[in-house]
Amino acid sequence: MADRTRLPKPGPEFAYTFPEIRRTRLANGITVWTSEHREVPLVSALALVRAGAAFDPADRPGLAAITGDLLDEGCGSLDALALHERLGRLGAQLDTEVGADATLIGLTTLSRTADEAVALLAEMIRAPRLDDRDFGRVRDLRVNRLLQLREMPPAVAERLFVQLLYGSHPYGHLPIGTETSLRAMHVDETRAFHRAMYDPSRVMVIAVGDLSHEALLATVARAFEDWPTANDPRAYPDPAALPAPSFGPSAPRLHIAPRTGAPQSELRIGHVAAARSSPDYHALITLNLVLGGQFVSRINTNLRERKGFTYGARTTFDFRRGPGPFVMHASVQSEATVEAVREAVGELTAIRHDRPVTAEELALGRAALTRGYPRNFETAEQIGRAIAQLALYDLPDDYFTEFVPKVMSLTPDDLTRAARTHIHPDRLSTVIVGDREKFGGALAEIGLGDPVEVSAPA
Amino acid sequence: MDIAFTHHRLDNGLDVIVHEDRNCPIVAVNVWYHVGSKNEKPGRTGFAHLFEHLMFEGSEHYDEGYFRPLQEAGGVLNGSTNADRTNYWEVMPANAVELAMWMESDRMGYLLPALTEAKFENQRNVVLNERRQNYENRPYGLAGMAIVGALYPPDHPYHWLTIGAAEDLKAARLEDVRTFFQTYYRPRNASLALAGDIDAERALELAHDYFGELDSGAEVPPVAAQFASLPVEIRLILEDRIELPRLYLAWQSPALFAEDDAHLDLVAEVLAGGKTSRLYRSLVYDQRIATEVAASQNSRELGSYFQIVATAAPDRSLAELESAIRVELDRMIHEGPTEPEIERCRAQAEAHFLHRLQTVGGFGGKSDQLNAYNVFLGNPGFFERDLARYRKSMTTDLQRAAATWLGPGRVALSVVPRGRTSLALIESQPASVS
Repeated sequence: MADRTRLPKPGPEFAYTFPEIRRTRLANGITVWTSEHREVPLVSALALVRAGAAFDPADRPGLAAITGDLLDEGCGSLDALALHERLGRLGAQLDTEVGADATLIGLTTLSRTADEAVALLAEMIRAPRLDDRDFGRVRDLRVNRLLQLREMPPAVAERLFVQLLYGSHPYGHLPIGTETSLRAMHVDETRAFHRAMYDPSRVMVIAVGDLSHEALLATVARAFEDWPTANDPRAYPDPAALPAPSFGPSAPRLHIAPRTGAPQSELRIGHVAAARSSPDYHALITLNLVLGGQFVSRINTNLRERKGFTYGARTTFDFRRGPGPFVMHASVQSEATVEAVREAVGELTAIRHDRPVTAEELALGRAALTRGYPRNFETAEQIGRAIAQLALYDLPDDYFTEFVPKVMSLTPDDLTRAARTHIHPDRLSTVIVGDREKFGGALAEIGLGDPVEVSAPA
Repeated sequence: MDIAFTHHRLDNGLDVIVHEDRNCPIVAVNVWYHVGSKNEKPGRTGFAHLFEHLMFEGSEHYDEGYFRPLQEAGGVLNGSTNADRTNYWEVMPANAVELAMWMESDRMGYLLPALTEAKFENQRNVVLNERRQNYENRPYGLAGMAIVGALYPPDHPYHWLTIGAAEDLKAARLEDVRTFFQTYYRPRNASLALAGDIDAERALELAHDYFGELDSGAEVPPVAAQFASLPVEIRLILEDRIELPRLYLAWQSPALFAEDDAHLDLVAEVLAGGKTSRLYRSLVYDQRIATEVAASQNSRELGSYFQIVATAAPDRSLAELESAIRVELDRMIHEGPTEPEIERCRAQAEAHFLHRLQTVGGFGGKSDQLNAYNVFLGNPGFFERDLARYRKSMTTDLQRAAATWLGPGRVALSVVPRGRTSLALIESQPASVS
């Protein structure tokens, strides 16, 4: 019979060696990272282009994203259909992600077809057609997507929230942009953006999979090394380096986008916080686990497991090259809106003074982050995406090896200090998408500012 | 595709499947119970899923939330319910697999002593909020209910969605939980798979130690369903808070792993898999009357349904979409796919397969798939034969499958912006969902 009087303790800690990462610089300036992963006959190649939504011109939110979207609409001698026919027959999976700081174009393919697939990836990045007809079609699709998002509470809340936090700062809009901007956009703008941003000086390539380092490097080099660099990177300063409004607006602000009859209120509460380069990074991710970053966090335990107000509540520090947002997000039953907001703000406040992180909570947070860490390096694509983080945030090559000892060295005081430095309940910006008549109490009493009614963004 | 495994059945009927994979120092623990919303009764829907929530809230010998100790050991965990089955999984560091075995066995054997009215009430509220978030407050969120409601008669086990009806959830009683647990959460109705950095012998020993003592339980009541294909088209309309109208076409189709199931997967791929697919090319790329189009064979144990979904571009009616889709369907039925098309789709199917099986755990990883094959086919090692279903498909198979199954008897649901009923297919009847 099993001993059910106590939970079994984990066995002894085991040694884990991270996949070896090699870094090479091609003559044109492109840095190439390679890592071997011999388990499955696949290769994952990722191109990271320092051209995220923060590089959008002020009057053209959405330009980086639509340019990224057009890469697979035809390149070189291939039109969109011919390109996808080729990718399909290679069994390749293409995935383009446009973030605030960068655009990541990923391709996973069978290792025996890696050469051809990586050549296609390079062609898409180097020589997309950016044809007027394709542009018009893709632009319309994105405008239609924005139309649909008007009725999607999380999307409405997200958009209002970054606007409220950042105003005209380059982080003040979502990558997809706005209907106004997209309708006014011309294909030439995507061509100019591509010319300026898609240059070897701004591109890094990562290849991971079932080939040797040498073969991975040769595959990437063949596809990218004869691409001449054309521009002066100094001409495009990092928008992340622009001073962000410190913590966002100086006084609390509360915006409500009405949604009559809504059964739930969509909530965003937070402020501008730290950049990825913050020396408090490890303390903040651990603090976040305790506060709202996992199922057993304080906020989820309170709002979901004790009160039943929501399917789930989370907090996030969205780390970027510049100061990114800290946000609590949840969708709560309409009638519990006021109480849910009060509880959430209460948790943000308490963790700084009244109920600082306990030794037990810290132990759980540290263990959750470190004990399962190797899990993040199971597949070629996971390893590739982890390396992309090194590339994007200028992290050292031994970053992964150092991660566990850094987290393990944190003390409760470190977390409390991080909470006091980086969480500011008196500076919160709040967005609620919901039906005010059903909120179940007086919002004004919570001290988040006077409610201002705003319309869902166009 | 060589996934080596061992397969044992404990005396109490629990299947134990072990696959060794030393790539990463982690072990996936995956438990399937062969019960889902198809085992519910009309008026008591949503229960299998509500029950799944309670499985995370503590058991007799560890009467607290299950997340904490597993996460503290470095694990991740989750669970899900669908019409046919309920699964629970952990991915643990290799040195903490015993903890997951302890906890999975404790809730399989000893859930009820830890069950309280307070937990039940709390999770009912959480599930009602899950329903509000993912169905009621989401554009097109009620479409799925309208479709299965019309596709299957009221006493058919697929007539309702797994999330269930709000009034049924509110009517559920603690006593129902007990009966449900005693009927379905038994070793003989479960399958346990471990995959990862562990010896098969050690894994089996742990399974014996922790699960061997549990009472096997009585035989589970069978679920039967008559295949009652629709003789004619049913047209429904649903007004919603949306900007662009959307058309759903749904047909009853052969069950998971039955003849033509894989063929219809490929038909879906030819019709709407990516930018080179026929419907994408016609509706989105050339005519620009739709903003998106998707097709899928939704494979299930007692019978599947094939679905095409297209969202109209502004100022386009769903009738335009329907006729454009009809052209492509007719072409598929009369001419089948071309040889290059089917080659591309086979390559894609193979790539998806490899992709999914890169991980040992989680939804769709190797441990989950071993259990799926075991529960639905009684053969955990079906990988190669599963893939062969796609590899040997011919253009004529797809043509025949489309002709056989995608006929006039179907559900056509128009979801339109409130007050814009003229955008729907004509003669559509209001769908009743909430």
